[in-house]
Amino acid sequence: MEQTCRKSGSACFRRGDYRFADKGMRRGNMQPDGQGARKTPVESKGRLKMRLKHFVLGTVFAAGAAVLVPSLASAADTIYVPLLTYRTGAFSGSGAPIANGMADYLNMLNERDGGIGGVKVAVEECETGYDTKKGIECYESIKNKNPIVINPYSTGITLQIIPKAAVDKIPILSMAYGLSASADGNTFPWIFNPPSTYWDGASVFVKYVGQQLGGLDKLKGKKLGLVYLDAPYGKEPIPLLEQLAKDYGFELKLYPVPAPDMQNQSALWLGVRRDRPDYIYLQGFGAMNPTAVKEAAKINFPMDHLIGNWWAGNEDDARPAGEGSKGYLSLDFNQVGQNFPVIQDILKHVVDKGKSQVTAKDRVGENFYNRGVLNSMIIAEAIRNAQKLTGKKVITGEDMRRGLESLNITEARLKELGMDGFAAPFRVSCSDHNGHHSVFMAKWDGAKWVKASDWIEPIKDKVVPLIDTAAKDYATSNAGWPKRSEACDKAS
Amino acid sequence: MDILYKVFIDPFMQMGAAPDLLVQTMWEGLVAGVLYALIALGFVLIFKASGVFNFAQGIMVVFAALTLVGLYERGIPAFVALGITIVAMYGLAFGVERLVLRPLVNQPDIILFMATFGLTYFLIGLGELVFGGEPKVMIAEQLYLPKGAIDLKILGGLVSLQKIDIAAAVIASIMVVGLGLFFQKTRIGRALRAVADSHQAALSVGISLEQIWVVVWFAAGIVALATGIMWGARSDVSFALQILALKALPVLILGGFTSIPGAIVGGVVIGVGEKLGEFYWGPLLGNGIESWLAYVIALIFLLFRPQGLFGERIIERI
Amino acid sequence: MFYREAGQFKTTYAADMAVFPVLQDRIGIGVILVVAFVALPLFGNDFLINAVMIPFLVFSLAAIGLNILTGYTGLLSLGTGAFMGIGAYACYKLTTIFPNVNILVWVIASGCFSAAVGALFGLPSLRIKGFYLAVATLAAQFFLQWCFIRVPWLYNYNSSGAIEVPQRTLFGLPVTGATATATTRYLVVLTIVVVMTWIASNLVRGRIGRTWMAVRDMDIAAELIGIRLLQTKLSAFAVSSFYCGVAGALMVFLWYGGAESEVFDINQSFFVLFMVIIGGLGSLIGSFMGAALIFILPIILRAAPEALGLPLRAATVEHLTFITVGALIIGFLVLEPMGLARLWQVGKQKLRVWPFPY
Repeated sequence: MEQTCRKSGSACFRRGDYRFADKGMRRGNMQPDGQGARKTPVESKGRLKMRLKHFVLGTVFAAGAAVLVPSLASAADTIYVPLLTYRTGAFSGSGAPIANGMADYLNMLNERDGGIGGVKVAVEECETGYDTKKGIECYESIKNKNPIVINPYSTGITLQIIPKAAVDKIPILSMAYGLSASADGNTFPWIFNPPSTYWDGASVFVKYVGQQLGGLDKLKGKKLGLVYLDAPYGKEPIPLLEQLAKDYGFELKLYPVPAPDMQNQSALWLGVRRDRPDYIYLQGFGAMNPTAVKEAAKINFPMDHLIGNWWAGNEDDARPAGEGSKGYLSLDFNQVGQNFPVIQDILKHVVDKGKSQVTAKDRVGENFYNRGVLNSMIIAEAIRNAQKLTGKKVITGEDMRRGLESLNITEARLKELGMDGFAAPFRVSCSDHNGHHSVFMAKWDGAKWVKASDWIEPIKDKVVPLIDTAAKDYATSNAGWPKRSEACDKAS
Repeated sequence: MDILYKVFIDPFMQMGAAPDLLVQTMWEGLVAGVLYALIALGFVLIFKASGVFNFAQGIMVVFAALTLVGLYERGIPAFVALGITIVAMYGLAFGVERLVLRPLVNQPDIILFMATFGLTYFLIGLGELVFGGEPKVMIAEQLYLPKGAIDLKILGGLVSLQKIDIAAAVIASIMVVGLGLFFQKTRIGRALRAVADSHQAALSVGISLEQIWVVVWFAAGIVALATGIMWGARSDVSFALQILALKALPVLILGGFTSIPGAIVGGVVIGVGEKLGEFYWGPLLGNGIESWLAYVIALIFLLFRPQGLFGERIIERI
Repeated sequence: MFYREAGQFKTTYAADMAVFPVLQDRIGIGVILVVAFVALPLFGNDFLINAVMIPFLVFSLAAIGLNILTGYTGLLSLGTGAFMGIGAYACYKLTTIFPNVNILVWVIASGCFSAAVGALFGLPSLRIKGFYLAVATLAAQFFLQWCFIRVPWLYNYNSSGAIEVPQRTLFGLPVTGATATATTRYLVVLTIVVVMTWIASNLVRGRIGRTWMAVRDMDIAAELIGIRLLQTKLSAFAVSSFYCGVAGALMVFLWYGGAESEVFDINQSFFVLFMVIIGGLGSLIGSFMGAALIFILPIILRAAPEALGLPLRAATVEHLTFITVGALIIGFLVLEPMGLARLWQVGKQKLRVWPFPY
């Protein structure tokens, strides 16, 4: 290290003696027998410290080595469902309520019904911090415990695990996130992302704007902006929006937010003020969203022209902007509130018994909490399907895949689950692992989300061909991508 | 030819065409610069007095803001929480001096730098454990910080100045003036300057290095608290703020590591330069250049003046 | 008693100047190599090889690279993550443009790209020194990370901006992609790391290494005795970036299986810097030890509550891991500022005179 001496003359303390290569033997500091640097009294005392330290270190490392062997899977008659969550880091604002919802629903089933089909579900969270590295580490460590499904909850992590799913025979449920192209069940038999893809969402945005303007033909000449997180998640809707821009004649302006600058978006929104787009689609997550909404309010951008996708619809995204965020819209596919029998059951069996990690009772029923509940409902239903199809109680990953593929949530089933009106019915098929279902617009009224539109269908005839092309491109660019060899359980 | 036009002529024409946007951008740059400068101020304080490059300044900002908001959420009134936070920052300063600085006296700079890294990790874990990792809303109203904006209809358009930003600039200036007076007029301030000049000489006239270090880290903690309040009021309080602290490095480069006015000037230059660059030249490169523009500005500056605007000239002797 | 050199006489100059002059050292290295190449693949479980050993080797290589720059030449660099990224993306482009060439050739070649870019960003080092140079490398880090997202050619215009590793084979066995077994990948990484460590060891003990150390100690004096500063500093940057680039390519191709720009962010740079500092500046074995401690410790800490039966939540474990790692870093630096390699050296010295105290 460069040691620049700011003192005058020879008063500089030369810190050179610590340099490693010459082991402190400079300038006549040798011991008489040439065995090394002369030891001062301080150093001799240091030796005692060193011995103690060696002992402590040795014990720590021995203990550590002993626990390196991963623990065996838990009791034989449980179904292991790992949840990759993030309660730390910059995205924890979005991640924590989802994680709570997911865990609480499954725990509620354990408490209320004794599990699914009589078998308890072992829920385990693995903390990723929305970091791809940690996500892969989590995946590697839980792989050996026979998980039946993986919920990565991060597009970045999902992209990394997608190739491994078929090899390790563990299906991935990336509900409404992940790789949009993975809706193609024939190319991605092990990946499921109901009820809608990001491309569906973007097309709903365009459709909604068209509705507001009086028809899709009125889009010609308008400017639509996309404010997105500069990461794979954020870039997902770009291909579809570019295609729709060509088809309908509007101008698409892109505003990327680099992840380290998530809370420093003022220049970007000044650019929005300069360009004056008519409507903005917000594809953000985590700490990016509240800052974006605040900045939009600062430049007096009309809130009802700011539409976030379904991951920009957390209460914590709109609340910090205070009064200025009234009218902010967000896509949604689940309702908010505690007025559903299923949420009441969760409150009764899990939250009131202290088995939940929610910070306050009124956070049960928030948008993302209910999203997590929906995610777990999909898992539970798929487990039930798998149990029915195979006749086994304790299922494996392959069974779960078949269970997911035969997912068919009807209106009646929703009522049975206590989710009447909570979400729309949806189904997937062997070739379509998504279903491209409708979503609705939720409006922030200053205190909570209210349903502000009917269920809007995505522009399927634009989305589906793009997905097919994207899936084909993925398979060809990853040479050796296996063709689907898994059988389809029913005709679809 | 087209590229030359786009790079050198077009942005200036845009500036002229919409002067209100120019002023707005410069204002945003000024505000961001003031906040960077506050973080840099914490760095400068500690570097001046103990020669340690305190990488943990960023997390101290977050930790201070979290403590304040966390205490408030537990039901303590706002100004009492503020007082307790100040005491907590003193406790942190004391702990750091005892456990980190004292055992590592006289070690090379990079070791101390690494120790502050360890401190960063420690504070991240501790903050998340005690207060939870979710982002929180800064209690701006309860601290009587102004809300809303002043809209000036000038220059043919609208220039909107957020009142909280004005408050931030005012508070930052008060801090700088206050710290300047502290260093010039009080006994402890003189002692700090003596320690900054030479540890051995300061020791020989009877100045207790340890006490000075506690004072300095406490002062840096107060600065961190102010920064956390201001920045938290603008966006919100989360651990993403800690990464922003890295932006203070170019500020330090420009201003010099040991100069308080340098930190402010450097902060303003970097802030304004960054925002202007992103706004006018950003679209040419695809946007998002804010993440590296500040560093490149600092780098170019360094090539011409390696010690910064106000830093001490480095004289190397053999 | 066991580690004495008594009875081992050197009869040639070459033998006297050998890297491992003591027979016990050579036996020790042999044992380690046998354990690494033979015992671990045979007896280690999948998790150990896949999630512990492969990343440990990859990070050791990156730490060696950074050690060459910061430990041996004294130029603090915070751009390690970006240089690793260049290696990874270069390898990806090369292998997608020329899919039929052996992947190992491209892994090594990608290091050359990384070396070129590293030398370019090392040019300011002639003017700028110390912490200021760290800021210059930070500029490199953020700029290159921005390029990884903003230059679509780098990821073949993939809409998500992430790269997926295509399947490549070596001697008929798949060595990258999802079907490659952990053992195959581990052996390939191990071989590359062993060879490159041997090269690094020769470099730092040779003429180039001595010029690096001279520049580190006092560059003005080095210039006075005739060492060309620019060449030396640029060569340090180039070699260091080469190692980091190869480490990055290995990381993406043989460990992750894919990458996005976030993988090579500033935290990665800090991570490798930690390893170098804790392991010991200016020491190759220190790089290995630092990588082992910094990388494996959090894994142990995360697995410990479960193994000990403590019912802690995953997030709490994560928080405690951070606290413990931070406290341990400070603790280590207080107890042994010169890193683990110094501890190892002291330990060896003690062994030489054991059972006598000195």
